[in-house]
Amino acid sequence: MDWGFILSQTLTQAIAPIAIVYCLAAIGLNVHFGYTGLLNFGQAAFLAMGAYGLAVSVTRFNLPWWLGIIVGLVLTVILALLLGIPTLRLRADYLAIVTIAAAEIVRLFARSVTFRETLGGSDGINGFSTSFFSSLNPFNRQQPYTFGPIHFANGDVLFMFLIGWALIAIASLVVWLAMRSPWGRVIKGIREDEDAVRSLGKNVYSYKMQALVFGGVLGCLGGFVFALANASVQPDNYASDLTYFAWLIMILGGAARVGGPILGAMIFWGLLTLVVETLKNATASAIIPESILRTDQVGQIQFMLVGLGLMLLMIFRPQGILGDKKELALDARR
Amino acid sequence: MPDADTAVARRAIATAALASVEQVPGAAKPDPILIADGVRRQFGGLVAVDVAHVEIQRGAITALIGPNGAGKTTFFNLLTGFDAPDDGQWTFNGKELAGVAPHKVARLGMVRTFQLTKALFRLTVIENMKLGATGQKGETFWRALLPGTWKKQEAEITARSEVLLARFKLDSKRDDFAGSLSGGQRKLLEMARALMVGPEMVMLDEPMAGVNPALTQSLLGHIKDLREQGMTVLFVEHDMDMVRDISDWVIVMGQGRIIAEGPPGDVMRNQAVIDAYLGTHHDQSLIETEESFIDGEPPAPATEEGERS
Amino acid sequence: MRRRVIALLLGVLGLVALTLGAGAAPAQAASGASVAGVLVNDGAPVPNVAITVSATGFTQTVKSGPDGVWKVELPKSGSYKVSLDETTLPPGVVLSDPSKNNLSVLAFGGLPATVQFRFGSGTVATESFLDKFLQLFANGILFGLVIALAGVGLSLIYGTTGLTNFAHGELITLGALTTYFFDVVLEWNFFASVVLSLLCCAVLGYVQDKILWKPLRRRGTGLIAMLVVSIGLGVFLRYVFLFIFGGGTRQFRSFNGQEGIAIGPVDVTAKNLIGAAVAVLLLCITAWWLMKTRLGKASRAVSDNPALASSSGIDVERVINVVWILGATLAAFSGILLAMSQGANWAMGFSILLLVFAGATLGGFGTAFGALVGSLVVGIIIELSTLFIPPELKNVGALVVLIVILLIRPQGILGRRERVG
Ligand SMILES: Nc1ncnc2c1ncn2[C@@H]1O[C@H](COP(=O)(O)OP(=O)(O)OP(=O)(O)O)[C@@H](O)[C@H]1O
Ligand SMILES: [Mg+2]
Repeated sequence: MDWGFILSQTLTQAIAPIAIVYCLAAIGLNVHFGYTGLLNFGQAAFLAMGAYGLAVSVTRFNLPWWLGIIVGLVLTVILALLLGIPTLRLRADYLAIVTIAAAEIVRLFARSVTFRETLGGSDGINGFSTSFFSSLNPFNRQQPYTFGPIHFANGDVLFMFLIGWALIAIASLVVWLAMRSPWGRVIKGIREDEDAVRSLGKNVYSYKMQALVFGGVLGCLGGFVFALANASVQPDNYASDLTYFAWLIMILGGAARVGGPILGAMIFWGLLTLVVETLKNATASAIIPESILRTDQVGQIQFMLVGLGLMLLMIFRPQGILGDKKELALDARR
Repeated sequence: MPDADTAVARRAIATAALASVEQVPGAAKPDPILIADGVRRQFGGLVAVDVAHVEIQRGAITALIGPNGAGKTTFFNLLTGFDAPDDGQWTFNGKELAGVAPHKVARLGMVRTFQLTKALFRLTVIENMKLGATGQKGETFWRALLPGTWKKQEAEITARSEVLLARFKLDSKRDDFAGSLSGGQRKLLEMARALMVGPEMVMLDEPMAGVNPALTQSLLGHIKDLREQGMTVLFVEHDMDMVRDISDWVIVMGQGRIIAEGPPGDVMRNQAVIDAYLGTHHDQSLIETEESFIDGEPPAPATEEGERS
Repeated sequence: MRRRVIALLLGVLGLVALTLGAGAAPAQAASGASVAGVLVNDGAPVPNVAITVSATGFTQTVKSGPDGVWKVELPKSGSYKVSLDETTLPPGVVLSDPSKNNLSVLAFGGLPATVQFRFGSGTVATESFLDKFLQLFANGILFGLVIALAGVGLSLIYGTTGLTNFAHGELITLGALTTYFFDVVLEWNFFASVVLSLLCCAVLGYVQDKILWKPLRRRGTGLIAMLVVSIGLGVFLRYVFLFIFGGGTRQFRSFNGQEGIAIGPVDVTAKNLIGAAVAVLLLCITAWWLMKTRLGKASRAVSDNPALASSSGIDVERVINVVWILGATLAAFSGILLAMSQGANWAMGFSILLLVFAGATLGGFGTAFGALVGSLVVGIIIELSTLFIPPELKNVGALVVLIVILLIRPQGILGRRERVG
């Protein structure tokens, strides 16, 4: 067992671009569910809009990268409107059904043979990130960077790391500002009881739509980071698993807490990497025999843990790490 | 608290204005703020509301009474846009309201409360109050991000909320979660919050239900206050003593229709009203309901608790 | 509570671990894409014919089996060329149209793409639009029944408990996988396997309600929290299935590659016909249960108004428990039916769950009969849509229908508006 490697991996992954992607996705979800009470189970679709918007614009239409970013944002807003218009007037669980379906549809479209020319089919799209990094990245694009136990494969990763955390800081600041304002008060009121808010003269439908778009755009930022950090987009990266991870992260950190998704993402990826790397190490060095667990099955264990974690958290600690006991006591009455 | 003299005066004015009104269902009022015509709502085969014509006098306290399941709450829902009627028109202050969304109805000055109190649990009492204020600059997304644009208005709203909270004796609960209030306190909060909208007419669905007798007196006082401030009040209540105490006019519903109208003293003696109440109380015992329940279609829910939250 | 959850998990693990020893198989090509076909000449299978499937960077040749069936697992979705080596054909068998030898096919995950070679000298008429329509309509009814079996249970559970059960798909999968276990691994009689599998799932439904959902209801857990719990449970079970069953799609031992019977222009296999008949029978029994039995009526009363039902002496918890057993059993049969035509797969339930939701929503969530009607409509729409759109995108059609229905009639076909205030 190579504990040094495992621990270094754990620390690195806790703050690496992958954690950033899920953190941004969870910040968006937090706006949806934590603050507004919208059951969005299709967050992956918003990330896909960002990632594909950027990749397709740059590779297929030869647009500059910043225009690709704008295309991604516009697509996200359009998706939010398309999802919201039919469902936001309806019972909460309809949104869950429609979003989960929409995310699946987006992925099916992206990996379809029919649209292979534009969307790249199941192989996805590469080669759109070069212009972005070569015009912006101040670091050496080939050289690996190491800071103590933290390791970055090359300058691009380090650059994405910095940009990602800057995005998280900005996103959190905006969420914090929005939620302490009268706008946020209406949003939180809707979460508690939308009919009451309606009876006070607020256009609930419009606010829910704004929240859906807002959270979607935050998720879309995660999509940009995902695409650029991998230097490729792949349809199966935007499967519903991404959404489940983001949910777990949000609830782990504490819903309706600005810091919840950040703490949640770091702990989640840290723990997950620790478990997965330990298992991988154990199977590779035959501490766990092949007949019980093969190395290629470690990924499956990871998903089982996520499912189990989501269940147990929701049952035993729905307020997460940062949550408020007092608020929880109120929940139980409903 | 306005002094006793004006209180008596306002009631006298209202009573005088209503004195000449005929005591028949759908009677015309001298100065109606709300006029409804042919409002009908059916749930499957059940006609929950079928109001041919009704007018509500401006500046008066009108009570809407009737046995359980008479359709009072449904009528409230229809008037305020929370439910869509199968048929009918109604005007508020001369404005056609059929098909208008609930939040627009509220902004026009007709604000309602709910029979099952809707306190916003995980918001504090003061936040609940502030939510009621209309025309807030900080309620648009972009301005929300610039606190400078709404801070001043927020301070004014806070001050106004605090005054109301003090009036409703909730000032000590200012920073508690609304979910931690008692049932009666929630009723008070919901009423105070409705007043933050600055309504011309308030519609209270059983404001006294579940409130302890000591608090009832102060609630009654608050409702009378509303009239003193020139507001119109329409409220649903089952306790006849309270109805008699504060209302200027009483409208009785039975099986969806308006069956009688009149001043509180007279309407209680109306034979149609007595029949309506006795009629429904006669044949409704829970044991019987259970029997018919198993053999055939379940009966329509008629109890207050009869819904899933 | 905590102990009960752990007990549940152990129980589930134990149940599925049964299959571990015998069921473990090497991980297969993860794409799930495959291409397959049956070689039949004049009603008789044609064995030992070489078929080559190729694309850039991929070539594989297989021989048709004794039943004429051949299948190639593909590394990824895409367009493939399929050709038949005419020299390997038995004497007297020729392609009816030799120019139709080198065929191209689109393959993607899920159902194998099928390629048919036609033999004999007679010219084969191309299918008319009407024939195609009727064939797809029949497929749609069959698929609609699959959805309906699951949808009725989902709807009943929603109606009586308010839970939107996102783990319902796993009950579907479990039905197929347990049948696979009895039928293929243990090589028991197929019908016994089906019955046993239904029993297993009924037990799981009972147990799931008893040790997970009932305690949650007791604690007053909110509906949204329960919904999230069901999602977590779904993810967990799905990957337990993957862990044990592996990633491939596998067929039952019995009735594999059964040949179609022509009814007019419509081609159906006997197994699907019988499966559909049993599905209809099960649905009729459910309807009878709901309409005529005391417990069924009580379940409708609970859906209508739990508080009133319980105050009028109905044992609400017992009704809910029975509904869970029923729902799980129906879902399991749905999975078996689906696996008979498409093969069993660890994620099959999840992949049709959305369509089940579409059916249930279309019919008005919470009404069993609505779910039945809605599901049939969804099934038929999905199949018919392939007349106009590429089959790989056919589920998109169902979602669009769902959204349109939500816009026009949010309470569904047979549902009822909710009460305010
Ligand atoms: N959404 C609904 N679906 C079906 N029936 C309904 C619905 N809402 C109300 N009803 C029925 O309409 C009738 C009138 O109900 P409503 O709530 O208006 O009575 P109410 O006069 O307010 O009674 P209470 O004094 O008990 O509050 C009742 O029989 C009720 O069961
Ligand atoms: Mg009522």
